[in-house]
Amino acid sequence: MASIDYPLEHPKIHPREFSFSETLYAWVATVDHKRLGLMYIVSALIFLVIAGIMASVMRIQLAVPNNHFVDPDTFNRLFTMHGTTMVFLVGMPIVAGLSNYLVPLMIGARDMAFPRLNAFGFWIFLFGGLLLYYSYIGGSGLSGAGSAPDVGWFAYAPLTEKAFSRGASSDFWALGVMVSGFGSIASAINVIATTISLRCPGMTLSRMPVFVWVMLVDAWLILVALPPLSAAQIMLLLDRSLGANFFNTQAGGSAVLWQHFFWIFGHPEVYILIFPAFGTLSEIIPIFSRKPIFGRPAMVGAVVAIGFISLGVWAHHMFAVGMTSWSNTFFAASSMLVGVPTGIKIFNWTATMYGGKLRFATPMLFCCGFLLQFLVAGLTGIMLAVAPFDWQLHDSYFVVAHFHFTLIGGLVFGVFAGLYYWFPKATGRMLSEKLGKWHFWLFCIGFNMTFIPLHFAGMLGMPRRIYTYAAGRGWESWNMIASIGVIFQAAGILFFVWNVIQSLRFGERAGDDPWDAWTLEWATTSPPPEYNFEKLPVVRSSRPLWDLKHPQDPDWKFE
Amino acid sequence: MAATSVVPVPPGPMEREWTTPDRGTVGIIFLIVTETALFSIFVVTYLVYIGKSLNGPYPREVLSIPIIASICLLLSSWTVYRAEHALQHNHLDRFKLWWIITILLGGEFLIATGVEWYHLITKEHFTISTNLAGSTFYSLVGLHASHVIVGLTFLLLVLIVTLAGFPIQTQFRRVRFLSWYWHFVDGIWVVVFTVVYIIGR
Repeated sequence: MASIDYPLEHPKIHPREFSFSETLYAWVATVDHKRLGLMYIVSALIFLVIAGIMASVMRIQLAVPNNHFVDPDTFNRLFTMHGTTMVFLVGMPIVAGLSNYLVPLMIGARDMAFPRLNAFGFWIFLFGGLLLYYSYIGGSGLSGAGSAPDVGWFAYAPLTEKAFSRGASSDFWALGVMVSGFGSIASAINVIATTISLRCPGMTLSRMPVFVWVMLVDAWLILVALPPLSAAQIMLLLDRSLGANFFNTQAGGSAVLWQHFFWIFGHPEVYILIFPAFGTLSEIIPIFSRKPIFGRPAMVGAVVAIGFISLGVWAHHMFAVGMTSWSNTFFAASSMLVGVPTGIKIFNWTATMYGGKLRFATPMLFCCGFLLQFLVAGLTGIMLAVAPFDWQLHDSYFVVAHFHFTLIGGLVFGVFAGLYYWFPKATGRMLSEKLGKWHFWLFCIGFNMTFIPLHFAGMLGMPRRIYTYAAGRGWESWNMIASIGVIFQAAGILFFVWNVIQSLRFGERAGDDPWDAWTLEWATTSPPPEYNFEKLPVVRSSRPLWDLKHPQDPDWKFE
Repeated sequence: MAATSVVPVPPGPMEREWTTPDRGTVGIIFLIVTETALFSIFVVTYLVYIGKSLNGPYPREVLSIPIIASICLLLSSWTVYRAEHALQHNHLDRFKLWWIITILLGGEFLIATGVEWYHLITKEHFTISTNLAGSTFYSLVGLHASHVIVGLTFLLLVLIVTLAGFPIQTQFRRVRFLSWYWHFVDGIWVVVFTVVYIIGR
């Protein structure tokens, strides 16, 4: 073995060499970007399962008309906690986790720019999440009313004001989300400083992997979009605890102002959430098509364009509020404009596949699922950007179906693609292809079965967030099919969990570079040592490993 | 399977000298970006709610322009620059002097804010729950004051370790970042002052 030649000490991966308390201490006290990245991703997956169970309970409740599986108050808490968890405790840590793990490896750095800030970011995110969930115990507050938040994930004022939301549930919502948001901001500053300052020699911005570009723009969006939410939540907390009047309509305050502030955050947020998927696709599709990414500058340009245009589209969530027709026109136009760079990305991924030597391994399957489903999500998004159309379907299940197509059909599929692709790097073992295919097909069938029918239920007038509905409106069969789809999705997730548990112990050894890839993370061992690279790499093109593997035909001769 | 990896280092010399910006510089700049985003929402709220209060006391009746405090704060931006400059040229005594003046000027601003708030709350009965003007005034000025407190805390920390004999010139980079943060806090005051005491009155 070559280990004789390299007597450097490698990190102890197998915990049985340490006692439990030592291992625990090593993880709790770590400032290593890879460990923090894994902890972000694992906590995100745990919250994903929790929020997924909440969604399943809601689907059971809605499967048949006049159902009483849960009571109305519980249902309100379920959809609030489901939405809040999925956005802030699943989507955000996935962003932070993937960028923490991969950005330093991809740019040939030994850690993030501020490792301790990084650890701070993770722990404050986690405790923010626990604070939110503590509301189930402490939400009743001194007045003894309320439990978990029940005001919806966008917590519209004045419903959140003291007069309408008794107890402490809305305080828990505002504080928990705000605190976990500080973690996202810490992580975003870190990603930007890492990308700008710690690139290895030769890694110019034009050679940086598209994934890193995407996460850089993502961090920018977090920095400018998250503070408006924190500001609004500070105002809400001042209203609730000190009797301020920001959203108190009795004192002249404006409830619409909350909507503006929330969506100034909320719309960039959906791009913040989808970006990791954009990043993973931009890495995976070229590798499994054996072609460099098509239109690399256009891809980067499109991401940067989204990073700015998406800041000016927020009020398309508010067409039904009664804004001026000028505002409606502006936000309809800007919302359609943001579809242009997104379309460029879809075309470029497809063009990368076109004429390529396609390998349909599990990561690639998830990418293909993403392309089709995200396209549907984009098209329904354009439909909803048309203000009069939105007036018809605002707050209906059509909207629910639309954004679940972006966030599950898009984000979750993209993230699963990434997990199957980088799992070998993080653990040294491959995930089982057989179980992976079961996971993909069950999840894909289940997802479409759940959310395609909900479009129709929405067009037939089913409003979102209703606790139950009367029979005879034509919604029954669509809801029944949607609820059955959940069984398939849950089965798919179980296959994934089983796959991870099995593969961690018995999976095929991955080696350094199982996919014959081109970016720097595959140049180090799997799992990478604590210092990532013994010698800092030097790159001369956007595909450094291609150059290494093909010295006769390196990229840098042509770039 | 090789135990270590093949790190790609292509043959031949580097095309050119490789330098990247300092990570701390990038970090502090983007911290200021995100803080600006936070302040802008409070500023917008203040502007939106001007004249929307349903009952008095109104700002023009109770607010007086804090001229001396503002001059102190803006002056402290210059003194902290002098201190940074002195440290850069290794004049430790001059650094300490300017640094202490900066802290005194910042402290005077904070005390003036405290006195103003005390007056408003006890004499004018103008509180955060009085009306929209109160809510927006205390939140915006309070947010700024909390940033002054954070800045002063770090300024004091630097002063204490310096007086305790720590060779602060080795940490020049960090002192410089702190002075940038202080400039930012002062710059925000210009905006807050304009919005609250000129436009808002």
